[in-house]
Amino acid sequence: MKKTKQKWFYSEQVKEHFFNPKNIFKSQEEAKKYKADGIGMVGNPKCGDMMKMWIKVDKKTQTIKECRYQTFGCASAIATTSVLSEMVNGMKLDKAFRISPKEIVDKLGGLPQIKFHCSVLGDKALRAAINDYYRKTDQIEKIVTDSPVVDETLKITENDIENAVIEGARTLKDVQARTKVGVNNKKILPKIEGLIEKFKEKHGFK
Amino acid sequence: MHISYLDNAATTPVDERVLKIMLPYFSDKYGNPGSMHQKGLEAKEAVDEARKTIAKLISAEPNEIIFVSGGTESDNLAIIGTAMALKEKGNHIITTNIEHHAVFDTCEYLEEQGFKVTYVGVKENGIIDPKDIEKTITPKTILISIMHANNEIGTIQPIAEISKIAKSKDIIMHTDACQSAGYLDIDVNKLGVDLMTLNGSKIYGPKGIGILYAKKGTILQPLIYGGGQEKGVRSGTENVPLIVGFAKALEIAHSVRDKESKRLIKLRDKLVAGLKKKISNIHINGDLEKRLPNNVNISFLGVEGESMLLHLDSKGICASTGSACSSHSLEPSHVIKALGLTDEASHGSLRFTLGRHTTEEDIEKVLKELPKIVESLRKISPIA
Ligand code: FES
Repeated sequence: MKKTKQKWFYSEQVKEHFFNPKNIFKSQEEAKKYKADGIGMVGNPKCGDMMKMWIKVDKKTQTIKECRYQTFGCASAIATTSVLSEMVNGMKLDKAFRISPKEIVDKLGGLPQIKFHCSVLGDKALRAAINDYYRKTDQIEKIVTDSPVVDETLKITENDIENAVIEGARTLKDVQARTKVGVNNKKILPKIEGLIEKFKEKHGFK
Repeated sequence: MHISYLDNAATTPVDERVLKIMLPYFSDKYGNPGSMHQKGLEAKEAVDEARKTIAKLISAEPNEIIFVSGGTESDNLAIIGTAMALKEKGNHIITTNIEHHAVFDTCEYLEEQGFKVTYVGVKENGIIDPKDIEKTITPKTILISIMHANNEIGTIQPIAEISKIAKSKDIIMHTDACQSAGYLDIDVNKLGVDLMTLNGSKIYGPKGIGILYAKKGTILQPLIYGGGQEKGVRSGTENVPLIVGFAKALEIAHSVRDKESKRLIKLRDKLVAGLKKKISNIHINGDLEKRLPNNVNISFLGVEGESMLLHLDSKGICASTGSACSSHSLEPSHVIKALGLTDEASHGSLRFTLGRHTTEEDIEKVLKELPKIVESLRKISPIA
């Protein structure tokens, strides 16, 4: 009998990282005991996406020695963080800070547009962890709060919205598909729409 | 790997007997029922026969059956068709906050067209109180549309009672019975409805076919214009093979209904009891008594639905979830929300819908695999 391969919704890379997430904490105890140099947590359990990241840093070289995490989210959220944790291993902090969601998504062989925001989550958790490390080691000057925060609960900044527009989002829906900005806070929607128009103008997408 | 398909509310496989009866109508008996020659008449006869069969099964007259392309079109025709036909009489429509999107979004469309829609909330058990419907009726109310049984949580609505209220106020009553057709009595007289939606793909019939039952005298404005088929209400050449298949599917569903219901209630209750015993922090969504025999909907707190679903799939178990992560809008299920539960609860909700091919082994497989999956996902979650 011919064996047909089981079908799978996402890419093969996502499959591998989802079923065997790398560097993830496999128990609550493990996470609790872990001595990290920086910890970052982003997301909101209400909307479902929640990510916590722990990094160990080589002080001399300012590189990431280890990146561990826990995720409450979908397959894309788990896979993107997993691949990110591998990417940053041995990477200089400032370089790791600048990794873009798109690089992560490319590594995974692409994600459906609606799942882009999951990759933003890991990315943000990482930056939060790096900032936390800077804070703890008195390198406040290095902390980058990249730009004004638009969505307090999800810590989405103007920069994130601009990135979404640059990467192809044109409407509020598009931007939400990538970032989830304002999903829980309808009041800020007009402001977001204003920003989208502004960035479309700025980058000549009008 | 043996697939335990527990997503029968999404769609069901076509019954062998249904498939067999359809096949000649794709090739040998290919006529257009609108033609006067023998090939046309052969096809017309089949459509007439199917119409009669369906009518009898729901206690209607054959000319009260309108063939359409499925449940969604049927809902659209019922709601938009009634609203447009009666817009001189009034502009108010009543529905609930747990309807299928085919009803929900259609109502939203009508709101954009200037109609007023009241979305009456269900109680926390997922059932509507007829009194709450009655309270919202105004002199301008022209239509009430309420699903017979819910597709996500399986709760059964008191349609007959609400129909009585509607009738006493001269309001058209529509029900979507797509999910209940296999399990509940869908006799239109007992339900007292003017309009009823049925669909083939939930009752082991083909996809792409459904009906709208429209009681004699109910006026509908068509959505599709053309050759004037279906008394002008739904133009387009009759889809003969699917019509024949739908009638057969409904006939079989009717004949096995009671036996299947009893069998599935046992399996359903076994699944619920087993999961309750093996997994902590879970919540059963929707009333346990007034519920379809094949529906289980449970929230596993602290776990995300899509992740559970994909792990289950890798073990050969097909289910579905109300998680925001797996919805196109990134919004959690409006049905679970309507029960007054947190977003977290809908995030971790799983639906298992049993069916004709579900066995004890399938249930045992879920009871063996799911606890492990939930446990491992809770371990990697920062909020568990
Ligand atoms: S975590 Fe919700 S969609 Fe990915």
